[in-house]
Amino acid sequence: MNKNNFVITIATVNGSGSQSANSILLKTLFRMGVPVGGKNVFPSNIAGLPTWFWIRAEENGYVARRDKADIFIAMNAQTLVEDMKTLKPGGFFIYNSDLASSMQPTLEAQAKEMSLHLIPISFKPLVDQSTDSVKIKKLVINMVYVGVLAKLLKLDLDILNKTIADQFDNKESVILVNKKAAELGYLYAEQQLSSVYFPFQSQLTEKNKDKIIMDGNTAGALGWLFGGCTFTAWYPITPSSSLVEKYIQLAQKYRKDETGKNRFAVVQAEDELASICMVLGAGWAGARSVTATSGPGLSLMAESAGFAYFTEIPCVIWDVQRVGPSTGMPTRTAQGDLTSAVFLSHGDTKHPCLLPGNIKECFEFGQEAFDLAERLQQLVIVLSDLDLGMNLWMEKKFSYPEKPFDRGKILSAADLDKISQFERYGDPDQDGIPSRTLPGTWHEKAAYFTRGSGHNSKANYTEKSDEYQFIVDRLAKKWETAKTLVPKPIYISSAEVEKSLDEDINNTQLSVSSSQSIGLIAFGSSDLAVKEAMKLLTDKGIKSDYCRIRAVPFTSDILDFLKNHPITYVIDQNRDGQMYELLKSEFNQICHLIKSVKHYDGTPITADSIMNSILTMENKRCQ
Amino acid sequence: MSVEQSSSQNPPLTANVNKVNLTKKEYTGSPSTLCTGCGHDSITAHIITATYQNGLHPFEVAKMSGIGCSSKTPAYFMSKSFGFNSMHGRMAPVTTGAKVANGNLHMIGMSGDGDTASIGLGGFAHLIRRNLQMTYIVANNGVYGLTKGQFSATADKGAKQKNGAYNPFDTIDICSLALNLGCTFVARSFSGDAKQLVPLIQAAQKHRGTALIDVISPCITFNNHDGSTKSYTYVREHDVSLQELGLIQPMQEIKVDYPEGSTQKVVLPDGSELYLKKLGNHEHTVTDKMAAMKLLHDSAKAGEILTGMFYIDETASNLNEELNLVDAGLVHLNEAQLRPSKDDFNKLMAEFN
Ligand SMILES: Cc1ncc(C[n+]2csc(CCOP(=O)(O)OP(=O)(O)O)c2C)c(N)n1
Ligand code: SF4
Ligand SMILES: [Mg+2]
Repeated sequence: MNKNNFVITIATVNGSGSQSANSILLKTLFRMGVPVGGKNVFPSNIAGLPTWFWIRAEENGYVARRDKADIFIAMNAQTLVEDMKTLKPGGFFIYNSDLASSMQPTLEAQAKEMSLHLIPISFKPLVDQSTDSVKIKKLVINMVYVGVLAKLLKLDLDILNKTIADQFDNKESVILVNKKAAELGYLYAEQQLSSVYFPFQSQLTEKNKDKIIMDGNTAGALGWLFGGCTFTAWYPITPSSSLVEKYIQLAQKYRKDETGKNRFAVVQAEDELASICMVLGAGWAGARSVTATSGPGLSLMAESAGFAYFTEIPCVIWDVQRVGPSTGMPTRTAQGDLTSAVFLSHGDTKHPCLLPGNIKECFEFGQEAFDLAERLQQLVIVLSDLDLGMNLWMEKKFSYPEKPFDRGKILSAADLDKISQFERYGDPDQDGIPSRTLPGTWHEKAAYFTRGSGHNSKANYTEKSDEYQFIVDRLAKKWETAKTLVPKPIYISSAEVEKSLDEDINNTQLSVSSSQSIGLIAFGSSDLAVKEAMKLLTDKGIKSDYCRIRAVPFTSDILDFLKNHPITYVIDQNRDGQMYELLKSEFNQICHLIKSVKHYDGTPITADSIMNSILTMENKRCQ
Repeated sequence: MSVEQSSSQNPPLTANVNKVNLTKKEYTGSPSTLCTGCGHDSITAHIITATYQNGLHPFEVAKMSGIGCSSKTPAYFMSKSFGFNSMHGRMAPVTTGAKVANGNLHMIGMSGDGDTASIGLGGFAHLIRRNLQMTYIVANNGVYGLTKGQFSATADKGAKQKNGAYNPFDTIDICSLALNLGCTFVARSFSGDAKQLVPLIQAAQKHRGTALIDVISPCITFNNHDGSTKSYTYVREHDVSLQELGLIQPMQEIKVDYPEGSTQKVVLPDGSELYLKKLGNHEHTVTDKMAAMKLLHDSAKAGEILTGMFYIDETASNLNEELNLVDAGLVHLNEAQLRPSKDDFNKLMAEFN
């Protein structure tokens, strides 16, 4: 019997309303205390194309994607036959037999060959019983399979019903018909499937008591809200749009003053050229200013990124990465913008990048990005991705941010009184960071002239080589200062992995390590899959230490990590190993100590693929 | 009409200072590095005069521009104001961000015809659509001055370049385009016409939305030859002034007598009055948009360079108003004003379990 340990895939047609049913299923498990993860694999299309929803339940918290499912709910005629192939041997294929008709013999033959259990259910009569409305039938059909699974998995019915009520925002009539559909599915399973031996079950636990479940875009939006974001410009693009949309909702609720006026502004721009320019203008004026986008938009922002770098304007780009190039596969995930983000623009340019690896960090970096941007007077780019941004992840409840905003070196009129001269582009503290004044500051010395062309430390136009070079050398010094300010990597050894799934382990140093351990480096949404791969590797006798990089520029402890391991595998979700290449060029003395593990088919990375790549390379290395 | 004091002679409170107690010298900038005789330098001078006369304090002004010879001019006026010489074609969105962030800033924008009508056309259109409050001056010379004289999108069809090449494409008329896009203040002038341009800039600075002034501003180096339709000679020969303009500041006790019918008065948001006395034979009401469109079309067809005030609408709301922003500006808000309470935080967290 597999208690709280199974993978479910649900195949539906895009636009058929399965999303709420799938969320209800996921959230019911979550509320029962079962560690779960949910991933939506959807097409770039509004209606009619195949969509899959993956649920992974795992008692210990290993809820990254797995390649194969234990249970399949097949509701899409177009993909029935192919879908079956994604089950593990011995898995259960529950399908809408109304759709199967001529495919029935193929399905049966295939099931036999793969040793699967076939569970055909005719959904039509069940749906017909639950409502008369044709429109609603199409939607509630999804609740019928939730009901079937409720019985098979022994879901807690009180929790299920409460979750249905919450999902439909307490709209009585909608709740009723959905409950009814679920009930009909449940009764069907009770009456017709009682003889089926079903080895997967859910069970109540206390594990999720302090947990929340959320997507990274929502967490990012909360970060902006609590991080004091005041200006946002954007141009819609999947998978970043939902972040801004969520932020607008939140800001409208929480950012009104006593008279109903807004303490925030959101402008939907005409394109990304404009959105980043608006963000620059607002950052220059002193707002905490951000845009969200994805790869194609990031490319359009390139000129402005360089301008921001050279003029030292604080601002933030939140890039939710998707498969590229150009429009690529816009609804599939990747980490392919890393290099272009770090070096975005022309000339001598590089930007600090933050790499959140979970929803908690989306929330935290959503705040920290503004602090860093203002402290460093730089563009800061946050690199999330579709998997992290749009899928549901469990995490400990966030803690309330108490830290004051870091507004950096802003000189007020009173400050200007105390100094003899204000140099906008000087280096008053020898840390590479100049002081700035905000437009509108009522003082003789406040004004300066912002230009992308050559300027000296007093912000005057110059074409003199030494004056220009002073500025770019100071910018390089600022990059060194950034290394002391960006979030450090998190280190976990294989001995701590299991614990790290349930508790926050925020070691910024490796606590225990054995000389035989191999090193693993990864970033962003790969985190859970890497942790699971560590467990799989341990089972195979390979110990590992894991360094999760959370920012560029790299801190020096990363070099120590590399030096202290016989070999380190750098895990990227892109074809060319962008993190691997960045590390090689930063730490070129250890090139022989690192190897690249890549995953780039558009799906979220799995522990199996990481483990298999590593095993192959380890076999060669240890021969 | 006889306005006793024409706008260019509006009296300061004492002999040498304006209402914020500054001399005109305090509105000057660094020495210009443009070619001697460049039209843009005259525009700079008129901006200085207008801003001084309006009594805007340099500390409250932000000077915005894109890239081009014209976009360099913010360095040549009002050194005590913040300046933002942005990227080519990007003045509009950059200004939008800055103005939304701090609504108390007074935005004076200076762009070129290439900057506005070629690379920056998208941003220009959308700025107007949003009715961002700013003075938007296009120093229009029909060429890219800074890159040495290539045609811009406002070059007239058939106009000749210095090297003899002629422009086969229709011109983009910035004023007609602006009207079409819903611009709430549309005017055209000539860099050499202080009498007309100064009151137009003054009125623009008082306008509640986007105030566009398309200023024909000859490029002495690359577009001042025979065959050019934007040379000093050509413009002087074809300039048809629609009105004589006079601006009277609020509280200024000035008597204006004008014969019924030939002079219009527009009251600006701060209570100033803009007087427009008909010149020549074009009848025009400046609040009639359709008439303005027809007028521009007909006069262009007749080969005129029509200058003056074409359209004004002081009723439309601007972007900051639409965004319903707090009065103090977004830039100085603090943690207490921006960060929801712990209680709200806990409620929010509860939505996700
Ligand atoms: C993205 C980009 N493309 C091209 C240029 C080169 N460039 C600089 S100024 C300019 C044209 C300026 O023309 P206009 O706006 O009419 O100004 P003018 O110099 O005529 O006053 C061009 C094409 C640039 N700076 N940036
Ligand atoms: S090149 Fe033309 S536009 Fe540029 S400064 Fe000289 S005259 Fe003026
Ligand atoms: Mg030009």
